[in-house]
Amino acid sequence: MTAAPELSEARLAQAETIDALSTYQFGWSDSDAAGATAKRGLDEDVVRGISHLKDEPEWMLERRLKALKLFERQPLPTWGADLSEIDFDNIKYFVRSTEQKVTSWEDLPDDIKYTYDRIGIPEAEKQQMIAGVSAQYESEVVYNSIREDLAQQGVVFLDTDSGLKEYPDLFEEYFGSVIPAGDNKFSALNTAVWSGGSFVYVPKGVHVKIPLQAYFRINTENMGQFERTLIIVDEDAYVHYVEGCTAPVYRSDSLHSAVVEIIVKKGGRCRYTTIQNWSTNVYNLVTKRTKAEEGATMEWVDGNIGAKVTMKYPSVWMMGEHAKGSVLSVAFAGKGQHQDTGSKMLHLAPHTSSEIISKSISREGGRSSYRGLVQVNPGAHHSRSTVKCDALLVDTKSRSDTYPYVDIREDDVTMGHEATVSKISDDQLFYLMSRGLTEEEAMAMIVRGFIEPIAKELPMEYALELNRLIEMQMEGAVG
Amino acid sequence: MAKLEISDLHVSVITDDTSKEILRGVNLTIDAGETHAIMGPNGSGKSTLAYSLAGHPKYRVTSGTVLLDGTDVLSMTVDQRARAGLFLAMQYPVEIPGVTTSNFLRTAATAVRGQAPGVRQWLKEVKDEMESLQMDPDFAQRSVNEGFSGGEKKRHEILQMSLLKPKIAILDETDSGLDIDALRIVSEGVNRYKADSAAAGEAVGVLLITHYTRILRYIQPDFVHVFVAGQVAESGGSELAEELEADGYVRFTGQAVPA
Repeated sequence: MTAAPELSEARLAQAETIDALSTYQFGWSDSDAAGATAKRGLDEDVVRGISHLKDEPEWMLERRLKALKLFERQPLPTWGADLSEIDFDNIKYFVRSTEQKVTSWEDLPDDIKYTYDRIGIPEAEKQQMIAGVSAQYESEVVYNSIREDLAQQGVVFLDTDSGLKEYPDLFEEYFGSVIPAGDNKFSALNTAVWSGGSFVYVPKGVHVKIPLQAYFRINTENMGQFERTLIIVDEDAYVHYVEGCTAPVYRSDSLHSAVVEIIVKKGGRCRYTTIQNWSTNVYNLVTKRTKAEEGATMEWVDGNIGAKVTMKYPSVWMMGEHAKGSVLSVAFAGKGQHQDTGSKMLHLAPHTSSEIISKSISREGGRSSYRGLVQVNPGAHHSRSTVKCDALLVDTKSRSDTYPYVDIREDDVTMGHEATVSKISDDQLFYLMSRGLTEEEAMAMIVRGFIEPIAKELPMEYALELNRLIEMQMEGAVG
Repeated sequence: MAKLEISDLHVSVITDDTSKEILRGVNLTIDAGETHAIMGPNGSGKSTLAYSLAGHPKYRVTSGTVLLDGTDVLSMTVDQRARAGLFLAMQYPVEIPGVTTSNFLRTAATAVRGQAPGVRQWLKEVKDEMESLQMDPDFAQRSVNEGFSGGEKKRHEILQMSLLKPKIAILDETDSGLDIDALRIVSEGVNRYKADSAAAGEAVGVLLITHYTRILRYIQPDFVHVFVAGQVAESGGSELAEELEADGYVRFTGQAVPA
């Protein structure tokens, strides 16, 4: 660059200012009366206490206690992101923020209402852009509503605690049937201390045309949020579930460890969209898996923008013929962030097909990893799978890795894999800047273009939100 | 009225760890409304001049000055130069995957004009210009330069010029790779912008870089400069172009240039 030295310095100072301004937008915290008194650390008493408070059936308590043992026995996974700094004894495993769940917005306590007002939920609900809302604050769902016409068609959208009370049979049959407690250390932890989350049931043939929406908010420092979501899509039914997540910026870390189990029955279809925007002191360790029966379709759309560490590999087990699974994943790793994301696709029946499209952006020393498994079991003939992962490095100090695992035990399959790593080129920046865009605007435009194939799959308002988050992340990108 | 003054400009090109001087003291003044053609053999530094004026980071100015209406251009960033009224139509425009041409054009216009153009007015503006350049309306929804043919890329560059309305337009081998029809359409686009900008009282100054005299039949230059070894070797009127057409660059280089 031919810029005179004094000008470069001025630009540097400007970039620092922008960096300081571009603090995490959802980083405020409310009063912490409930969180302050919560017990730290995990033992059998904590688990019994949670179950007792919720007045659960005996079998659930037994599940929890068994899961606690599994959690204690399993070592921390070392194959992915660095988890060694998680201090399990310092975490508050259950924080009750309100006495009672409400169904009218006005009945929420002022500080919680204020938080959700700022995130924009009541607006979305008012404008009928969503079919139902669930808002989880700390450990429990504080607000839940569903449109009356859907309720009349038999669609159930409840917090998981209420779901267990009202539909005990479905829970006995399906809870833990897709992701057993012992699946991994964090599914064991979740099973032991789970609280909140969503329970969705869509009856046969019912199409829920606009999305169901859930918002998750952590307010307490060192809080652990362990929501548990169970979605059952009956034959030929359809639902789109969307979740968003935020937390304040604290000095020490919080933990979010959810389990999401989905069952899509014959001919049904489910789309599950996540825009994860935790603050960058949250460990986000989530297990998400779907069992797709004959002719069923499962689509995960997974955006990971926030969190300190994310380990998440939304999976589809294609159990019946002609089942389909797809994952569209976009990850943004900024300073101090490690996004270890990907997918697992298990072909367990003939004529099944899967597609994984993963896009990652790394900047300012951030690290993104694609980790994926495609497994085709014996007998799953005529299966096909496509994997495409693209990584974009914004600077030279950031990092991207790809770990694609393929395990094919059947001859007659079609498998495609493509991976690219690209850098924002000087020539692209020059071209856009020569048309008047600042370096920052030019970078943001290139990044937006890079994730466009995924943004276009999102509902309009989420695509805008994703673009806005990416732009915020890109602010101060020029130093 | 706009004036671009290039004085004793020395520029080196930076590769991994070497630096090589390409421009060796360029002097050139372009006034509003004037069209200057720069002609020269391959490797004479014509494109280096174009990229240096626009501020490409690969080129380092080692001495000399460039002033636009008396303001130092060389201390400006690339985008500041664009907003000050400099435009470079590139020989090899790059692809920006996933960004639609319409979004790109509007973002650029907003940046250069300092405010977003009104939607209805803007759509009409783009539509009219695209029609004049005989561009398919679908074009606006395609990713910037992705999968464009050579001719489409050059039309797209001229479209940008007419929408961004620069004071000084540098056209870097805009004629290369064009067939006769495309050359005529692109040239007409340049002439139209020259006339429109003059009518608006902001007559554009054009620096037209080319190998061939062919484009000069469509775009009438006021001055022709022969560029050799990083300098202007000789300046004249359009008769100089005719001489080059007949005799080649041999008088300036001392050797015949391969056809």
